[in-house]
Amino acid sequence: MGTRVLRTEDPKFLTVGGTYVDDLRDERLTGAAWVTYVRSAVAHAKITGIDAEEARRAPGVLAVITGADLPLPPIPPQFGMNPGFAKPWLATDVVRYVGEPVAAVITEQRYQGEDAAELVVVDYDALDPLVDPRQSATDQQLLFPDAGTNIAAAFAIGDVDGDMFDGCEVVVRQDVVNSRVAPAPLEVRGTACAWGDDGRLTIWTSTQNPHAARDAIAASCGVEPAQVHLITPDVGGGFGAKIGTSPEDILVAILAKSLDRPLRWTENRSENMQAMGHGRAQHQKITIGGSRDGKVTAYALEVVQDAGAYPNLGAFLPFFTQMMAPGVYDIPNIAYKSVSVVTNTCHTLAYRGAGRPEATAAIERAIDCFAAEIAMDPADVRRKNFIAKDAFPHMTPTGANYDSGDYAGALDKVLAAAGYDDLRAEQKRRRDSGAQKQLGIGVSAYVEITNGAGPFDELARVEVHPSGDVTVWTGTSPHGQGHATSWAMLASDELGIPVERITVKHGDTDEVATGGGTMGSRSLQAGGVAVHEVAVLTVERAKSVAADLLEAAEGDIQLDKDRGVFHVAGSPDEVKSWPEVAAAAAAKEGTERGLVVEGSFTAQGATFPFGAHLAVVEVDTGTGRVDLTRVVSVDDAGKIVNPIAAEGQRHGGIAQGAAQALLEEMRYDPDGNPVTGNFADYGFITADLLPSFELVDMATPTTINPLGVKGIGESGTIGATPAVQNAVIDAVAHLGIRHIDMPTTSEKVWRAIQEGAAR
Amino acid sequence: MKVSLTVNGQRREADVEDRTLLIHFLRDQLDLTGANVGCDTTSCGACTVLVDGESVKSCTVLTASADGSDITTIEGLSPAGQLDHPVQKAFREKHGLQCGFCTPGMVMAAISLLEENPHPTEEEVRSGLEGNLCRCTGYHNIVAAVLSAAEAGK
Repeated sequence: MGTRVLRTEDPKFLTVGGTYVDDLRDERLTGAAWVTYVRSAVAHAKITGIDAEEARRAPGVLAVITGADLPLPPIPPQFGMNPGFAKPWLATDVVRYVGEPVAAVITEQRYQGEDAAELVVVDYDALDPLVDPRQSATDQQLLFPDAGTNIAAAFAIGDVDGDMFDGCEVVVRQDVVNSRVAPAPLEVRGTACAWGDDGRLTIWTSTQNPHAARDAIAASCGVEPAQVHLITPDVGGGFGAKIGTSPEDILVAILAKSLDRPLRWTENRSENMQAMGHGRAQHQKITIGGSRDGKVTAYALEVVQDAGAYPNLGAFLPFFTQMMAPGVYDIPNIAYKSVSVVTNTCHTLAYRGAGRPEATAAIERAIDCFAAEIAMDPADVRRKNFIAKDAFPHMTPTGANYDSGDYAGALDKVLAAAGYDDLRAEQKRRRDSGAQKQLGIGVSAYVEITNGAGPFDELARVEVHPSGDVTVWTGTSPHGQGHATSWAMLASDELGIPVERITVKHGDTDEVATGGGTMGSRSLQAGGVAVHEVAVLTVERAKSVAADLLEAAEGDIQLDKDRGVFHVAGSPDEVKSWPEVAAAAAAKEGTERGLVVEGSFTAQGATFPFGAHLAVVEVDTGTGRVDLTRVVSVDDAGKIVNPIAAEGQRHGGIAQGAAQALLEEMRYDPDGNPVTGNFADYGFITADLLPSFELVDMATPTTINPLGVKGIGESGTIGATPAVQNAVIDAVAHLGIRHIDMPTTSEKVWRAIQEGAAR
Repeated sequence: MKVSLTVNGQRREADVEDRTLLIHFLRDQLDLTGANVGCDTTSCGACTVLVDGESVKSCTVLTASADGSDITTIEGLSPAGQLDHPVQKAFREKHGLQCGFCTPGMVMAAISLLEENPHPTEEEVRSGLEGNLCRCTGYHNIVAAVLSAAEAGK
């Protein structure tokens, strides 16, 4: 643990490439037909007719299925939300966003599907679109008359309208948009499946959450979960958007059954951008109050969450925004209120951070606004308000029980590594000389919750085979995180068997009995710890077998991890090797598998990683162009298993955070048409727009689990987003600018400069 | 129409629909699934292969127009399954990949970049790879890998 181990996954990816759903050449898919969805081209309309006759006559068409052909009730929303918001499998009466599936075309070949889908004519009678959630929250028009409201979920703590700011010397208010972004995994959604003669379904799908996907698919197909064999092939990124199983994926299995044909579906990028789901999308009102010496005493956050047309996980995420609202600060008075409202846009869901980046962005903007108001250095204001290092565990007014932390320590480290004083001096030089390129320095300090939503238990099975090779099964489901290497390291540490001899299996529901998948930065602290615990048990069991072989008491047996052999304490020369022990265990148990140990681990609760980021930008005050020149980050996630993998997680998160702050935004026009619905129009961040990142190590262990580990997957987006946004605003703050919403594009920055000059 | 091209050193003749994109020919007819389709606007570069030694987004090329060309895909770099090419090696050593989806295209783009400019600066690597998108790595370790491969090639 803690050593830099190169990934065992990589040789395949680098020689023949991964095997993603679209790459499958499995014989069970022989003769598979293709599914192509016809999608709504309008945001809100009554469907007055669907004419599929010409499409049905097109070459290769096996069927055109509309909602009327499906004897399935609509899909109710999760999390106890109002069933009136249920989503039809295929729209029948009303479409509610551009990209909503209206029909499924099944063709012999893939190209034929594209051709035939264009021949399906849908007649629409336009309805007024509701695109802005703030309007939708109060509008008379109900998008779902059955629901009786446009509000899908609401959360509150304290009274945002009360007297909490009475007595504050300074109160600052700011409206903030936490922009809607596209998760945009490089691999789009895809599913392939075949029903066997035995009535079992074999299905491959691109998911972060195999067992939940299996259960959802089984329920929708009307079979028991055991009748579904779900195989997760390589998954080309998820970022939260592949936690749930979309109706389009499930429908592939349903249609395969009714058509009695193996079927495949891979969406295209435009479909993915318009219909997979989006992240963030909050309108926030922040109010922060305190004294002129920099002490913050009250903070209120009001949120209007855009849930999109059919409320999904995104409607629930303001719960985590609420929980993390106070951030790293000891603020006595906190109030929060959110409503999640439906609009004629695509639904929102989890995207790397999922409700927590929104909380951090709000409080970190608030602190900067407060610092600007009292003309104090923003780093000093943070220091003055941090929860103290000796105050852990710390229960916040919003119900988060922070396990361990050293927030001032993280900030000090990042400021020292960045050379904060020198940066401020350089900034002053440029301001004094009126340089066209101004320097901006943005700081953020964060705490986040990982493994916050569970599931908290996770299964692991370790088998030491008579060959001396080891197989480890896990219920987590990696899609780039490198569990095959990191879980092998955890097993290797206990077993004394090299990583190269350990194979990690995941994502196949026939091979792994249960699993919680990979999301919410849970995998290491649930699944990784489970592997560790079961490996420890495996050694205990092996010692008992070795004791018999060595004719000694079990308590006297030692495992020499360097040599991978067992011996009696004090007699290192007479040994039993792992293969011998595994063979003996196999003989005893009457199995060829070897020594088999299965178990599970249940985490006591969530953990709270923390850190501080500093971003440096140059802003051309003539054009508004922003260049991100440095990101320095301290991300403390407790003990690190494989620094290579942990750093990779930080890099990717930082880039996605910077992307939202600088240029990525999923936009709709006032009629509800997506205007950034493909990769040509969406500002997906590219290599030339980013610097190399400067990572600083810090590791404060947690006592929540035996490894002392926390999650690292989402720290990057949580810390970097506000640091970069704050840097851009800081670069032009001397021009009278307090706030610029994300993304801080050249145009927005230029306009802010013009408005600043006009004041 | 009939086409004839060389793919990873092998002569291939095939009958393709006129509109067949090179990436679909490689993936669907030759089962070379290393290169991927990541977008529909020639933006992501996941489909990058070498055509006559130069990196090309194979979703932008009709198979017909590649008639007679010499194509190299990721599968052609190390036929024995080892990491024979210095760029492949560097991607592993620098952890220049996570989910792996952009990797085959990214590696081919990097090879082409280093052919043109064997000793690039970091900035040149970044601008050279600007047409290849990665969602996982933040490009940090990809850039490190390309610089390291360049260093190894000195």
